[in-house]
Amino acid sequence: MSHASAVQESPATAARTAAAIFPPEANELLRSCVHCGLCLGACPTYRENGNENDSPRGRLYLMKGLADGRLTATEAVTAHLDLCLDCRACETACPSGVRYGRILESTRAMLVERKKPSWSERALRALVFKQLFTRPEALAMAAGLTRFMQRSGLRDAARAAGLVGLLPKRLRDLEAMQPEIKEEPFRANAPAVFPALGGAPKKRVAFFSGCVMDLLMGEIHRATVKVLQAHGVEVLSVHGQQCCGALAFHAGEAETGRKLARRNLEIFRGLGVDAIVNNSAGCGAALKEYGEILHGDAEAAKFSALARDVSEVLAALEPVVALKPPDASKELKVCYDEPCHLLHAQKISAQPKTVMQRIPGVAWVALPDAEFCCGAAGIYNITQPEMSRAVLARKIDALKATGADVVLTGNPGCILQIRQGCKAAGLPCEVLHPMELFARAIG
Amino acid sequence: MNSISSRPAAVPPALLEALRAAVGAANVVTADEELFVYECDGLTLDKATPGAVVYVHSAMEVAAVVKACAAAHYPFVARGAGTGLSGGAIALHGMLVIELARMNRVLEVDYENRVACVEPGVINLNLTKACAQRGLHYAPDPSSQGSCTIGGNVAENSGGPHTLKYGVTVNHVLGLEVVLPNGETVTLGGPLGALGKLPGYDLVGLFVGSEGTFGIATKVWVKLTPVPETVKTLLAIFPSIEAASRGVSRIVAHGIVPAALELIDKTIIRAVEEWLHLGFPLDAGAVLLIELDGLRDGLDLIAGRVMECCRECGCLDVRAAKDEKERLLLWKARKQAFGAVGRISPSYYVQDGVIPRSKLPEVLAKIEASGRKHGLTTANVFHAGDGNLHPLILFDERKPEQIEEALACNEEVLCAVIEAGGMLSGEHGIGIEKLAFMPRVFSEDDMDAMRKVRAVFDPQTLSNPGKAVPARKCFEVRGHEPPALRPPMRKA
Repeated sequence: MSHASAVQESPATAARTAAAIFPPEANELLRSCVHCGLCLGACPTYRENGNENDSPRGRLYLMKGLADGRLTATEAVTAHLDLCLDCRACETACPSGVRYGRILESTRAMLVERKKPSWSERALRALVFKQLFTRPEALAMAAGLTRFMQRSGLRDAARAAGLVGLLPKRLRDLEAMQPEIKEEPFRANAPAVFPALGGAPKKRVAFFSGCVMDLLMGEIHRATVKVLQAHGVEVLSVHGQQCCGALAFHAGEAETGRKLARRNLEIFRGLGVDAIVNNSAGCGAALKEYGEILHGDAEAAKFSALARDVSEVLAALEPVVALKPPDASKELKVCYDEPCHLLHAQKISAQPKTVMQRIPGVAWVALPDAEFCCGAAGIYNITQPEMSRAVLARKIDALKATGADVVLTGNPGCILQIRQGCKAAGLPCEVLHPMELFARAIG
Repeated sequence: MNSISSRPAAVPPALLEALRAAVGAANVVTADEELFVYECDGLTLDKATPGAVVYVHSAMEVAAVVKACAAAHYPFVARGAGTGLSGGAIALHGMLVIELARMNRVLEVDYENRVACVEPGVINLNLTKACAQRGLHYAPDPSSQGSCTIGGNVAENSGGPHTLKYGVTVNHVLGLEVVLPNGETVTLGGPLGALGKLPGYDLVGLFVGSEGTFGIATKVWVKLTPVPETVKTLLAIFPSIEAASRGVSRIVAHGIVPAALELIDKTIIRAVEEWLHLGFPLDAGAVLLIELDGLRDGLDLIAGRVMECCRECGCLDVRAAKDEKERLLLWKARKQAFGAVGRISPSYYVQDGVIPRSKLPEVLAKIEASGRKHGLTTANVFHAGDGNLHPLILFDERKPEQIEEALACNEEVLCAVIEAGGMLSGEHGIGIEKLAFMPRVFSEDDMDAMRKVRAVFDPQTLSNPGKAVPARKCFEVRGHEPPALRPPMRKA
């Protein structure tokens, strides 16, 4: 009955083989799940389809089945594990402290290693994870190409000619998702040091500007630096840094991820800073896990101990400059959507709110289910477009009901996803990183 | 050990065909590896793989599926979130699972008359969220309320900490639309129940708590309750569980009816403290969580009396939660305590006996002694105010000998409950896990009366057979094995 492999072995033998290579650490971590089911109500995919296989408890049970040799990693089993957003809302809900993200990622890594992917998937994985994200110049070139297409009007021309409609659906979604690149990349044009405003610096931080954001969302980075400076923080721009590795880890490409992490450790070593600051929830979660991923590496532990989301640093300080309403013409109605990798992975929720409440001329409205994923989840919106759209639709409905002018969220993937959702729904709501709105409040 | 080969019955192809026609092929799951996660619910000691799982989206689909089962004489069980603790949703003998989780709409909220109409798959807490803005809530609050469904609550007549003052599920259900086990749809009671008792038999009262053996509720009318004006939550710390239980009796004897009166023992304190860092003293024997609610005037006076009661029973410290944030944190600790046990043990077995409050010290001592005898840790977190025990027996399910010890310990615990003049279950239901103990509290004649009532609703015994009331040997449907008295297909 199992859609198992083409390999001719009995299900029992296959199951035993799978159990033998199940990652021992994950196997141990699995045992803290007592099957109470308190995570079910927090899971976005279970909320969509009510399938126990697509709930956190169910997925843990599948992995337990693999670990105990009671199940084989058939296509169906893998599909349920792949349908997980890895948003980690279940970790927040779990009273038992099950490390779901860790367990899932190491199980995925085991499955990727074991399975023989198709030629095209291998090529795509190699291109994305081994070429694009490990080589900044390749990523820069890809970004440059995108920028050229936009600037030259080629993209609009292609859209107008209806060429976009000819693309396969998945590529079309991806095309719609491409950020509008109005600005130049960040690091390439940044000075080595951004001085603190208002006298002697209260803190000195190194800025983790990452890969995709650095190239495609330079504006957010510049806003972030501006806000840090306005809080009396001196910011170092660090050259030679690479992708944090989060996307690779989520996709089970652990070796690539570790390689990226090691490179970043080297680049950020010995800067003598108070913190290594980032403004992307997904990257931040990965940076804080370096110590664990590279277990036993003292430098990695040191790095992770210094890693901070920008809101953590700002919440502990006060602005040193006067602030003005970001929109002079009216009071802005603003709501906040909690990025999963900030709220669930890093347990950061109060700090961004503390910081944002300093912005004058803003009326805050509550976004219902703000703690639920928006469906972006790294490259999930590309790999699982259907579920991603369903999850996004709920977010957009909730957003519509608030009547907000602006929604803030501190993660690039979420910004792009929600922006696309608003556009598709014709919702005139601006989607910004909190730092962008804050930067507008600085004179 | 190998679940893949040990499926007892296969769903006949003709039935599968009918099911696919009723709900669409995509909503009928038959692959072994996808049925695997449905082999148990919140109770993990007993496991049985269903013959198939069917996802339904409307009352009409439920009726069509049930009709197909009735025509094929094939048994079925309804499932919501699968958080039940007595194995009520476990599909014995290859039963069909009818999964109701997708029927999760709040159909109507009538604020003026304080009645809501919901589908069975609505998550308990989501109902409260849906009416919170208008100052109302759905009062029964099982600890799993963030996940468990109203349909499951109806089946088990679920309680929760606040049932001490507000009553259990049956006190809040006004009416039901039910698909009977032959596929017919009937309405029992209705929203008019808010006006008082309806003429005729109280079939709603009969259906609520029938553990899925009378059919499947497809629509539920419930009462909504105003959120009290003031809530005050006290935390009393006691040197021993015995002193804390004396405190419970004293508070109730004073004629005070707290909204909730919960006891948490030292083992649970350790588990939740590791998680939430509430500042519970780790050397305390037990704490009482006491919630008072109602009109603002006079509540401080009652709180003062409660504190006095606690001090008279030797409590080390008693204080009120300083703000709403701390109050919610205390409740989080209480409500998610079962799950938090995962921090100190890989598995647990939880019991649900009810005893007279006055017997608490005696029975709690017996529970601890039994655990010690079997080399297992026991823990307690329960609704002390209504004497509803929740002893947890901690074990490791990977160790077969520990499972045996846990089962033996469990039996002694239930015997202690029965000896104290208590009852097997307060709110989790009998399911399969307490089935064998039913003859110890009911005579064969008593149980026969129950069987006759069941036969009125379900003459073919197709709706969740093998649960709630033990079958007579000759009573089961042909082709399906009668359930054994102890775990029917337990797997180590």
